Amino acid sequence: MADATGLPSPAELRRRGPLRRTPSPAVVLAVLAAATLAAVVLFMTVDLRGNLGYILPLRAVKVGAMLLVAVAVGLSTLMFQTVTANRILTPSIMGFDALYLFIQTAVVFAVGGSALATAPAAGKFAVEVLLMVLCSGLLYRWLFTGGTQSLHLMLLVGIVLGTLLRGASSLLQRLMDPSEFIILQDLFFASFNQVDPVLLWVSAAVVGTVAAAAWRLRHTLDVLALGRETAVNLGVNHRRIVTWVLVMCSVLVAVSTALVGPVTFFGLLVVTLGYQLCRDYSHRWLLPAVSLLGAVALIGGQLVLEKVFGFDTALSILIEFAGGILFLFLLLKGYLK
Amino acid sequence: MIRLSGVCKSYGTARVVDDVTAGIPSGGVTSIIGPNGAGKSTLLSLISRLQPMDAGTVAVGGLDVAATPSRQLARTMAILRQENHLTMRLKVRDLVAFGRFPHSGGRPTVEDRGHIERALEQLDLLPLADKFVDELSGGQRQRAFIAMVLAQDTEYLLLDEPLNNLDMKHSVEMMRLLRRLADELGKTVVVVIHDINFASCYSDTILAMRGGRLLHQGTPGQIMQPEVLREVYDIDIRIEEIAGNRIGVYFA
Repeated sequence: MADATGLPSPAELRRRGPLRRTPSPAVVLAVLAAATLAAVVLFMTVDLRGNLGYILPLRAVKVGAMLLVAVAVGLSTLMFQTVTANRILTPSIMGFDALYLFIQTAVVFAVGGSALATAPAAGKFAVEVLLMVLCSGLLYRWLFTGGTQSLHLMLLVGIVLGTLLRGASSLLQRLMDPSEFIILQDLFFASFNQVDPVLLWVSAAVVGTVAAAAWRLRHTLDVLALGRETAVNLGVNHRRIVTWVLVMCSVLVAVSTALVGPVTFFGLLVVTLGYQLCRDYSHRWLLPAVSLLGAVALIGGQLVLEKVFGFDTALSILIEFAGGILFLFLLLKGYLK
Repeated sequence: MIRLSGVCKSYGTARVVDDVTAGIPSGGVTSIIGPNGAGKSTLLSLISRLQPMDAGTVAVGGLDVAATPSRQLARTMAILRQENHLTMRLKVRDLVAFGRFPHSGGRPTVEDRGHIERALEQLDLLPLADKFVDELSGGQRQRAFIAMVLAQDTEYLLLDEPLNNLDMKHSVEMMRLLRRLADELGKTVVVVIHDINFASCYSDTILAMRGGRLLHQGTPGQIMQPEVLREVYDIDIRIEEIAGNRIGVYFA
């Protein structure tokens, strides 16, 4: 079976035949990339009339925001599931975006809405992201770096923390001045239609940096998916890498929440689909695949909704509906062990 | 040489490893025996830095496990725990390939491929190499994980109950393989083992633990004594010599 070098002979390799019959991850990725490109082009060009100098930049900002959110949500969910060695919990389910909303509320409450409205968007965003990283480190790090990890415990902690943070946010919102609350509401229910171009550029830089860091970590992420003990055996500094991934997830969640508000089940939907399509564990394929899938789902979905059904803001509702059903399905199928 | 000095570990108020000081010699097979709850597996995970210790130091081949970078340790020592749960669908060959990660950092070379195929062959896994791990039986899965740590090609090999899930044939083959790794490749093999007779027949050194403490360390001849085993297990065990091996009879 094996020659002296320990390598299989060419005849043996031929006998083993092709490694897989399903489309290879490279093909899947190429199809997804083409679909994303098609969605972007269609979104920019369909129904184009009137003042192009006005409409095109408007649409470009919208597409940019959707691309960034797709990458941020896809990558953060994938990496989060990898370091926690589970396929069902996501940063959103664990309350990360509730944390970000709480921070935004607390900042408005402490500084005052009028002062905040005149502050530079980039600076405000930087402060919020920093707070987000610090707080998520305090709240979640102990949960994921410990030796014993129970998924039930994590899910419970996530639900309790999420409820607590949402409760604390709404308490602060009731205490604050109604005019400040309106400013806050603007922040929360920002949709793709009203994205600040400055914020978009800052977000693009942030997401790009984190995505590059994630790509460099791809082999280590593969090892982390084997579970804590195997990863430690294979020489991964588990505590450091998990903390680092947690920081990256916090930043990505902050970006996507700042751009379009919370989306609870979108990440779960995209990552589960990504695993199904790639049929491969390797992050070399998974990282780009979930980003592209997210982009196709968001841009394509928005396009269909706007142009075919004539609706404007219902995409998140549809995504949450599909994602929520998937979440229930995964729970009932016993993925949470 | 693995040196332990004053190693302690508690869970809450329960002391699971209590002031263990020992030297595990280089080369050969060392077995850790003892009743349930003796702290054997915990001691192994302290040696292999899977858990931090509360007090004491461990040095494996001169490397302090608390201070040496994890990746460097991973090229010196490999550990396999009893329970290995995979959340992803992986082929046997891909799992074994992970054993090369400390050397290749995820970009396997031709040399790495050679190690992978050799490990598959040594554990009789070549016919199963393209199957998914979750399609295998318990014993086959166990062998796949052992092939992974074997591919890691470390001087020290630590296995927590490697005979778990294995039938008699594969248990004997496993112990023979460990013996061969020690004798032919000069590796230092440390196993936690429940069956005292496997320990007696296949190891050079036996560490006997009870209640978190190291009670005895010695050759199979020194440990396989009725009075020693009585102290460790609290039952009377008759010792018979069969074909030069000391066998404990504990069925009556």
